[in-house]
Amino acid sequence: MTPKRKKRLTIILALVFGTALIVGLVMYALTENINLFYSTSQIANGEAPVGARIRAGGMVVDDSVKRIPDSLKVQFAITDFEHQVVVEFTGILPDLFREGQGIIAQGKMDAQGVFQADEVLAKHDENYMPPEIAESMKKKQEAMQ
Amino acid sequence: MIPEIGEFALIIAFFLSVVLALVPMYGASTANDMWMSYAKPLAMGQFLFVIISFVCLGYAFSQDDFSVVYVAQHSNSQMPIQFKLSAIWGGHEGSLLLWALILTGWTFAVSRFSKALPLDMLARVLSVMGIVATGFISFLLITSSPFARYLPRFPADGADLNPLLQDFGLIVHPPMLYMGYVGFSVAFAFAIAALLSGRMDAAWARWARPWTNIAWAFLGMGITLGSWWAYYELGWGGWWFWDPVENASLMPWLVGTALVHSLAATEKRGVFKSWTLLLAIFAFSLSLLGTFLVRSGVLTSVHAFASDPERGFFILMLLAVTMGGSLTLYALKAPNVKSESSFSWLSREVLLLVNNVFLTVMAITVLLGTLYPLLIDALGQGKISVGPPYFNAVFVPIMCTMALAMGVSIAVRWRETTLQSVLNKLWKPAVLSILIGLGFPFIYGNGFDARVFLGISVGLWIISTVGTEFIGKFRNTQSITNRLRQLPLSYYGMMVAHVGVAVTAIGITLVTSYSEERDMSMHKGDTVEIAGYQFTFQGTHVVKGANYMADQATIEVVEDGQPVATLRPEKRRYNVKNAMMTEADIDASLFRDLYVALGEPLEQGAWAVRMHYKPYVRWLWLGGILMALGGLLTVADKRYRQSSPNQEARHA
Repeated sequence: MTPKRKKRLTIILALVFGTALIVGLVMYALTENINLFYSTSQIANGEAPVGARIRAGGMVVDDSVKRIPDSLKVQFAITDFEHQVVVEFTGILPDLFREGQGIIAQGKMDAQGVFQADEVLAKHDENYMPPEIAESMKKKQEAMQ
Repeated sequence: MIPEIGEFALIIAFFLSVVLALVPMYGASTANDMWMSYAKPLAMGQFLFVIISFVCLGYAFSQDDFSVVYVAQHSNSQMPIQFKLSAIWGGHEGSLLLWALILTGWTFAVSRFSKALPLDMLARVLSVMGIVATGFISFLLITSSPFARYLPRFPADGADLNPLLQDFGLIVHPPMLYMGYVGFSVAFAFAIAALLSGRMDAAWARWARPWTNIAWAFLGMGITLGSWWAYYELGWGGWWFWDPVENASLMPWLVGTALVHSLAATEKRGVFKSWTLLLAIFAFSLSLLGTFLVRSGVLTSVHAFASDPERGFFILMLLAVTMGGSLTLYALKAPNVKSESSFSWLSREVLLLVNNVFLTVMAITVLLGTLYPLLIDALGQGKISVGPPYFNAVFVPIMCTMALAMGVSIAVRWRETTLQSVLNKLWKPAVLSILIGLGFPFIYGNGFDARVFLGISVGLWIISTVGTEFIGKFRNTQSITNRLRQLPLSYYGMMVAHVGVAVTAIGITLVTSYSEERDMSMHKGDTVEIAGYQFTFQGTHVVKGANYMADQATIEVVEDGQPVATLRPEKRRYNVKNAMMTEADIDASLFRDLYVALGEPLEQGAWAVRMHYKPYVRWLWLGGILMALGGLLTVADKRYRQSSPNQEARHA
């Protein structure tokens, strides 16, 4: 091999090795950190795994928001207009959180079937409906017709 | 009447851009000087008519002309004038008009400040930019005209701008960011012109480099401002969310950073030419992809204000044509581009190559994480989201490795360096940064912390290698001031930007490791202690703003018996949309921020209050400013201001 070819070979080997390493890192990180979205019907049907970090979305049910006095603990229910799921959250809710508003919560299902949220997201537009919710509601409407 | 003039001006600008896209290009390929010389006046005319259009929209906003749909949807008569004007880019249509304004502005600037450029090169560059302008102005006219009217009946008042956007951040963040996004179109146009003309030499790199650096600096500033805005405005004290739209701006920045470095190698040593061209194409393509992601509504995001499949499709087509066309051209022409010099394993060229590989890999991992949910959804595999842990897991190791290479690159010369001389230069900074990195968590925190050790060591490694190298420049010299003046500005630019990276790294490390946060239910008179600061809640009172009512809380902060600050966070209710908004209050200083935001009123006059102690948070934006400043300093280097070709030849 000429020195030039040798150099080229080293570069290619280094690239292949580096790519493999990065791909491995990315795949590992992806499998560890993906949050699957579940509709409230899926959760009510027991499709959501207990203890795994997931996302749940739905509209906040009217008159379902309850505060636990002298703490920042809140309990409310979300729905896709078919099944409801109770969500518990401790902390400050986003500005646009209100009854009738579409929200997405991140967290885990506990053994009692209550969704323990560590994050509640309400997007920055009062007409906003998370696409996930919009779609699961559309599916339901189609099924009804 | 005025909005119609705006629309009409935009149509004229469209035709000028079509002519600009065709005539000088054809002139350049047939060596027709007259046709090529049309490029400059066309660029000016195009810019002028887009300005007219933009001013018309601004006038409609300032006059509360709610017969214009866009104005009615994004403004309100109660809004203060500065927000009425910045509401021009508060929605989809207007922000595209800003895009077009900046694009034609850049085109005009190139035509104006490229005296050294041969006529055919200038004609081709401006033509390529004309093609891009044609695409975007037609996009505006066909799918998203900001001048459409509500006729015959229109609302008496506007629907108001999203309260989150009624802020100083909206005035500065989007224009800066767009200056960067669109600025990469100049680098792109230079790359296409080089491929078309087959002229890809050191002179080419010298023409393209200042434009690229300026665009890169603007993009960096835009991202920095966005991060700072999100920090104080969203009320959570977060400064980076790995939101798809943030990623959309980060990707072109990463590729742009690679481009800035590979252009330096191309200019100085005539190497990596075809790679530089490819990066220029990708930096701009990623800017377009970013626009697509934001505007098409395919991603769930804070920024996605227009979800319209037709618009998304149009941008996707623009992207496909741009990438398809330019990559085909690249495939046909790039094999003819040859390197001009060789280099050994231990040389600055190789280190720059390493930098490029790392930056590209980072851009790809961000791209993967951003597009993966879309891909899975399209395949019908369910709805997923890729969270911040993914990005942190891949970003941090790559970033740290790259920082190590950064330190080495400073000690290494072009072409060839002996290992011995590199080791001689580097062992002291290495020992110093590891020792301080080990000691820091014990002194500042409560014991060893691997993250802090890593972050501090890496930051100090960059700073100390830059420092050692800089001091080394003064060995064997009598007059320090003379030497200071002799060093080229581009060298200062490099140092400032690299120190900026270190400052950001240190800021990120410390704010993520030592922040303290407390959400509390507080009654009047309650006191909470965080990181040695006592926060006392003094109750709230009502304040009236221009277009909102607010509950303003008073929170006294005391440290060691000494008053530190009085913070007045607000909970605002905007009249028109009846929308709630948290306005945080911050006591900022170089080494720590005290951050207070109001949650919601609870029973018996209590409030939910969020309090943060954020050490060194300012450093991460300070680093961003330093990086941008470094990029601009390089442009100020005198070798980019010489117009005579003879002088340029001597410098190369």
